[in-house]
Amino acid sequence: MKGLLTLLFFMAAPALADSNLPPSRWANEQLPDPRQEAEATALMQELRCLVCQGQSIADSNAELAGDMRAMVRQRIAAGERPEQVRSWLIGRYGNWVSYRPPVEPVTWPLWAAPLVLLLAGGWLLRKRLVGRRL
Amino acid sequence: MNRALRFLPLLVLIVFVGAVAWRLSSTADEKIASKMIGQPVPAIALAPAVPGKPGLSSTDLAKGQPRLVNVFASWCVPCVAEAPLLSELRLRGMPIDAIAVRDRAEDVAAFLDRHGDPFERIGADPQSQAQLALGSSGVPETFIVDGRGIIRYQHMGPIEPGDVPSLVAQWDAAK
Repeated sequence: MKGLLTLLFFMAAPALADSNLPPSRWANEQLPDPRQEAEATALMQELRCLVCQGQSIADSNAELAGDMRAMVRQRIAAGERPEQVRSWLIGRYGNWVSYRPPVEPVTWPLWAAPLVLLLAGGWLLRKRLVGRRL
Repeated sequence: MNRALRFLPLLVLIVFVGAVAWRLSSTADEKIASKMIGQPVPAIALAPAVPGKPGLSSTDLAKGQPRLVNVFASWCVPCVAEAPLLSELRLRGMPIDAIAVRDRAEDVAAFLDRHGDPFERIGADPQSQAQLALGSSGVPETFIVDGRGIIRYQHMGPIEPGDVPSLVAQWDAAK
């Protein structure tokens, strides 16, 4: 019985299987032009994987992330700017897909928070900072 | 006044921890809906996924009548579960086209043999590029495209029996 169970365990296929096709060519292959590859890599680190949602497409092993990397490299190689590729994806998946939030009214608090916190900290410490004798 | 202000940092901390705890305890919605609803189908021209059945291009999706576009794959287990419901929608008179993501012709043919074939056209999308162009984030997904080629509705995940009435309503609304 135990042997059978072990056998069944090793025969079991994962429920959410991947496809049978190999990864796209440009999913894991660098572009020949180092400057384009650097642009593509920088962008891939700021794009979010649609499958494993905490990871960037640069870090993810998901097949869809591989296809997204291939798409990024192909578009950059064809002469598109990284920001064009990013906005193409944002047009399809929303700001969610980019790890770099756009500067717009709804994100102003986000961008202002570090400055506000720094000022608040300075204000809290104002007496000690001013009153100190060097 | 100053005495009360001393507790301000503590208050800020409590509010911050409270906000984080609240967001962490509520289950996140992991579905990433397409922003292409209301937009024309992006330009796609997909080769046939199986011999004997035409491929799929954007012009096929603007023929005066709304159509369903099912994004599926033979290696996708939930796609098996929704197959009978797609056949049912076909019987109710909805034309259905499909995009086979990262699939091989023989695998798609075997899938259709086994689980039914309600599709008029099936385009092959070997590198998920059409899927990305549609703003689809997984398989299976089903889009409703109206007669002018505008994407009207996206259903994410497998179609379940309870989803049929809303799909019928959305299809009627797209007429």
